[in-house]
Parts: sequence; structure tokens; C-alpha cells
Amino acid sequence: MQKAAPPRFEQPGILAFAAWLAVVLFFAVSLSGTRASFGDLVGGVPQIVRLVGEMLPPSTARLGPVGWALLETFQMAFVGTVFGVLLSVPLAVLATRHLSPHPAVYHTARTAIAFFRTVPDLVWALLFVVSVGLGPFAGVLAIIVDKLGFCGRFFAEAMEEADRGPQEALSAIGARRSALVACAVLPAAMPSFVATSLFSLEKATRSSVVLGLVGAGGIGIELKVAMDLFSYDEAATIILAIFALVLVVERASTWLRGRMI
Amino acid sequence: MDAEPAPRAGTAAAGADLAVAGVAKRFAATQVLEGVDFTVPAGQAVALIGANGAGKSTLLRCCLRLIEPDAGTIRLLGRDVRALDAGGLRALRAEVGFVFQKHNLVGRLSALSNVLHGALGRAAFGRAWFQSLAPQDLRAEAMQCLERVGLADIATRRADRLSGGQSQRVAIARALMQRPRLMFADEPVASLDPAAGEEVMALFLDLIRRQGLTLLFTSHDLAHAIAFADRVIALRAGRIVLDAPADTLEVAQLRALYD
Repeated sequence: MQKAAPPRFEQPGILAFAAWLAVVLFFAVSLSGTRASFGDLVGGVPQIVRLVGEMLPPSTARLGPVGWALLETFQMAFVGTVFGVLLSVPLAVLATRHLSPHPAVYHTARTAIAFFRTVPDLVWALLFVVSVGLGPFAGVLAIIVDKLGFCGRFFAEAMEEADRGPQEALSAIGARRSALVACAVLPAAMPSFVATSLFSLEKATRSSVVLGLVGAGGIGIELKVAMDLFSYDEAATIILAIFALVLVVERASTWLRGRMI
Repeated sequence: MDAEPAPRAGTAAAGADLAVAGVAKRFAATQVLEGVDFTVPAGQAVALIGANGAGKSTLLRCCLRLIEPDAGTIRLLGRDVRALDAGGLRALRAEVGFVFQKHNLVGRLSALSNVLHGALGRAAFGRAWFQSLAPQDLRAEAMQCLERVGLADIATRRADRLSGGQSQRVAIARALMQRPRLMFADEPVASLDPAAGEEVMALFLDLIRRQGLTLLFTSHDLAHAIAFADRVIALRAGRIVLDAPADTLEVAQLRALYD
């Protein structure tokens, strides 16, 4: 006799059911806690329409300064990403279980990476503005630390997943750990490194816009001043410029990824 | 089948390139090796046979401490392997070629860079990492090794673009680059089709014989074991159950060990 097909869905256990119920309840409580209101959203539409009206047409009065600020924004992102990626490689080696020289070093490196990753880049920027003063250098430092957290984690995971066969072969030859990393691990993890680094550059470009809002250089401060002075037409120009920069970086990054991997 | 001592199996450990005594290894609940004893005199080619899980690959790796044995002594090229510190172990490994079943080449590097890696155990920091950074003498030596396996023409081709047979030849060239005194091979042609396997095995053995190297290789191909080895050692469940000169054995006799 043919066996009956199994039920379409597994019946959840009491614990799974309770967990799902808790998630749904917390979502309902959160909706209330954030005072989300469809009425307010509808009531705000005329304001949005008025704002968009004042933004159009975008002002071309300050195109020069906006252009320079945009360049500075990208420079911050680029320099910060390059240093961040380079510094992430040795940190990630220490955070790779089978390459780290000692379990204590491994756990320390992993903890440092988690710390760099969990503190938002805006907070790092605030700290560096206090340390090195206003300007793009504070932004660069914030991006470097942010990249240590982002690239450090993904680089370490790529190295842990790298094919162990060639590593065993080089160990059998008598290679030192440094040679093992340089000759077997890095080449195997390189496609992942390139992809992560290019994503980092895209992310840093978007971040560096926001970092300017706390005085860490770039175009963010221009946007803040324009908004504070109700110069919405200038703000529109800046927003369009940011959009163009992010779009160009993303397209270039996608093209490079395709070429290099 | 009972153990059958071979004429050369009892060679004194003192004159042997490899002397294994009482080696044991356990993985969790599985005893992979138990009381393994044998010696391999210089210049002898020994085939290790046995079913999957018999302990052949583990035994080879224990000899170089790629896997740490739990018990026993291993003397390799006159050195007590288990007593060596990290530096001593690296120096010993540099003198022992190891050819793996899956070639274990670095796929994104050229054939020449992979061969150059054979010098990693003896070259100064960074000099044998990549062919583009290597000194002329090492590059020339690596090219010679590629030439000996008939692949000088594809020196710049990436390893992941080579055929299975070509990959294993490059792996053999890498082992030759070590200037080894002894060679281990773990099922060196198991991943190749029969024709390529035959060809690569013949080439490998020819190079080994010409240099008078000692060889210990594992194989599931019983005809290969008899044809290419001077002596056959069979493992079953981690113990040696046969040790005999190859020319006294027949394939059917060895096949019975797999039942």
C-alpha cells in the first residue's frame, strides 16, 4: 500500500509557538512604543509637498563648494577604506581560529573586531572629532575603525572557509605560518577579500556623507547648513550630488568586482 | 590473512629511512591505528593498502605529524619525529616530499608558483612565495622540475585551469622541488582516470627510481601496488595484517584483504 504523504507543515512545539507569539506581541508593543501613526503620515503629506516645492529647481549658486565638498567626501571614504582594509588583514589572520598563534590572541582579536563593528561609525566620528579636531581626518579615522570591524570579520570568515588542502600541503613541505598565510590562505580568500573591500568602499561613501553632520568633514556639513538656513533648493543640489556620487561608486564597484573575481 | 614477514621487513631500524614502532591513533571512539610496527630501508618503494578507514592516510600523516599520534615512536631520516620542536619538524618536513590524492595545489596561483612552494621549507623569508618575487636560481630550479614532469610549457597557467593529470604532475614537481630524501604519496592517482593514472604513476615511479628515493605510498589499485612497489604492507582496522615482498603477491590474494 502506498504510504501517505507527510503533512504539509510541521506542527510547532509548545516552545516554538510561545516564541512566535512573543515576537508578534513585541512587534505590537513596539508599534505603540514608536507612536507610529498613519494619520500623522497622511497629515504630513502637505508639508512634504511644500518642501519638495521649495527644493525645485535645485540651486546652482554654490556648485563649486559643493563639488569640492563632494570630492573631499569621496577622499575620506577612499583613504579610510584603503587603510581599513590593509589593517584588517593582519587583524583577521589573528582572528582566524587555525591561523592565530594562540587561543587567547584569537579571542582577543575576535572581541576587538566585535567591538569595532558594534559601535556605530557616527559614534567613532564623535570620538575622533574630540581627539583630533573637526575636519575630514576625524572622518577618515572613523571609517578606518568601522572597516576594521566590517572587513576584519568577513576576512576572518573567508580565511576560515579557505580550502584546507593546499594549507596541509604547504605544512607538509615545512612552510612557516607566514608562508602558509601568504601562499595558500590569501590567494584562496582573495575573491572574497575583493568583494568585501569594494562593498566597504560603497558603504564608506554613504557613511562619509553622514559623518559630516557631526563635523568630521565632507559634504554632510554643507547639507546640514543648507537645511538649518532653510535653503532647501541648495539642499536639493547637495542631495542630488550625493546620489550621483553613490551611484557612480556602486557602478564602478560592480564593474571592478566582475573584472577582478 | 595473517601477517607474512617480508625478507626486508625486518631490516634494522638503525639503517632504515623510516622506522615506526607501536604507533597508535584514536579519533573519538574509533581506534584508527593500533600497534603499528614496520621499517622502510633507504631506496625501497612500499605500498600501503587497505580498505577505506583502515588507517593508511592517517599513518602517512602521523609520520610527519600532520596528525599527532597518540603513542609509539617514529624515526624518520634518523630523527625522532615525536621529539622534534616546531623548527626541527619544519626542517624534517622540508626533506620529505608528500603527494596528495587531491593534488592540493593553490588554485589561483600559476603552476610555476606552486612548484616553487616546494622550496618553502629551505628558502629565506618570502623568496619562494611567488614566482614573480623569487630569485633567478629558484625560478630556474622550479622550471627544471616542471620540465621533468613534462609541463614546462604551461608554467604560467593557473593551477585551477589544469587537467587532473596535469595538476598531479605539478604536485609531483612541487615535491621534487623539495629535493626530498624520501617521498610519501597518498593515493596519488586515485582522482585520475585509468589512463592518466597509469601514465602519472609510471612517471612518478620513474622519477623516484632515478633519484634512488625511498617511497611510501597508499593505493587502492592492487595491480599498481604490486607493479610499482618492492613491498606491500596491508592494514585492516588500524593493524598491519600483511607485510610481504611485492613479487611474491598476487592481486587476488590482496583483494581478499578487503572482504
